[in-house]
Amino acid sequence: MARFLALLAREWRLSVRHGGDTLAALLFFVLAASLFPLAIGPSPETLGRIAPGIIWVCALLAAILPLDRLFGADFEDGSLDQLLLSGLPPPAIAAAKACAHFLVTGLPLLLAAGPLAVMLRMPPAGIPILLVGLVPGTMTLSLLGSAGAAIVLGARRGAVLLPLLVLPLAAPVLIFGTAAASAAADGLAARPALLLLTALLLIALPLCPLAAGAALRSAAE
Amino acid sequence: MDATAIAPNPSRSLHRFANPGRFLRLSGRFLAPLAWTGAILTVIGLGWGLFFSPADWQQGDAVRIMYVHVPTAWLASAGYMGLAVCAVFSLVWRHPLADLAAAEIGPVGAGVTALCLATGSLWGKPTWGAWWVWDARLTSMLVLFFLYLGQIALVRAFDDPERGHRAGAILALVGVIDLPIIKFSVDWWNTLHQASTITLTSAPSMYVGMLWPLLISALGFSLGFAAIVTARLRAAVMERRLRGLLMARAQAGA
Repeated sequence: MARFLALLAREWRLSVRHGGDTLAALLFFVLAASLFPLAIGPSPETLGRIAPGIIWVCALLAAILPLDRLFGADFEDGSLDQLLLSGLPPPAIAAAKACAHFLVTGLPLLLAAGPLAVMLRMPPAGIPILLVGLVPGTMTLSLLGSAGAAIVLGARRGAVLLPLLVLPLAAPVLIFGTAAASAAADGLAARPALLLLTALLLIALPLCPLAAGAALRSAAE
Repeated sequence: MDATAIAPNPSRSLHRFANPGRFLRLSGRFLAPLAWTGAILTVIGLGWGLFFSPADWQQGDAVRIMYVHVPTAWLASAGYMGLAVCAVFSLVWRHPLADLAAAEIGPVGAGVTALCLATGSLWGKPTWGAWWVWDARLTSMLVLFFLYLGQIALVRAFDDPERGHRAGAILALVGVIDLPIIKFSVDWWNTLHQASTITLTSAPSMYVGMLWPLLISALGFSLGFAAIVTARLRAAVMERRLRGLLMARAQAGA
């Protein structure tokens, strides 16, 4: 556990000291979401209805953006080999990385999502549920993304390949996340969709680090 | 522990087929009968289905798309299942033939899935009035198609083929979660796509004159799928052998 926390602290320090890289995902999120009113038109009814979808899709794409550096930098400079020798099991390394990705990318997205939803004229009743749904949603995306990032480690054009692998797997998260937010905006019960989102997180929580760990081990061979 | 005690008996374990020479000999013997039986059954099933089976009382002749659509849909799922089984073999037992088989099943499975989506879309236009509907089964089938494409791209994206096979195997196992979603999507969600008419546990709710050609063409398609995969697998084994020979010659010349 101490090693796990040490790795997490290292990731945190690295991302704080490379502030620009960390903020890029957040900037992308805000920019991409603000393109929609320009493209669709500023009519509040249309925007308000599709706001949950815009925010979820942009969050999904923004979460994928920094993934190729998640293990990539460590793989290139050899720190990954050191990490694997540190005595921490590979799935735990992957879990720490996913955790760091959530703290560095997922949490800022969550903070930005509230103001964005207001700007996109989303019905106020839906906004709390949108944010509540984004918590397990971004966690699941971090887990799926860390598994994808570990799998493409060392591939040619890995950065291009990564979205192709992660996006289909992330489709259920998107479906239930937007279903919860839209239901709440329409005054319907959001609980079933939120429970299903949490169920997805609970499935991903043990399985994704296992897959990522296996991929890390084969990448380091 | 004594190493000989845990070594599997090569004559009985699946590693018997890891010997490429033995695989080529065996598969060479049954490839032609497999392909011919598949082709003949497909012709019989499709001929019966397209020309002699009755038209549906509601859908008219459009129902005949079923004789292509349903077998390809079954095969799309079965192909991914095969991919996942190969993935287990390659990750757990490091079976070299399973690696190659997974790499060769991918494109064939993607082709079958594309065929299923295309015929489904052709069937949807006259019966539902739309080429495409975002319903649970169609969407999960589309996701399956993307999973196939991802696996195909991933396996071929590494300079070291061994790494590609390993990564592809892990991806196939992660993606296998989509299979039950496809299977049960029409039962869980009330969707436009009809529920299964053929189940293992009860009598099919389908006219026998339509059931037989469907089953025959499904069997024909499956054998054809197996024959194509086997032929591709043989080609892959020979390709690898050829590359080895060329490498050996280049090294001897240098």
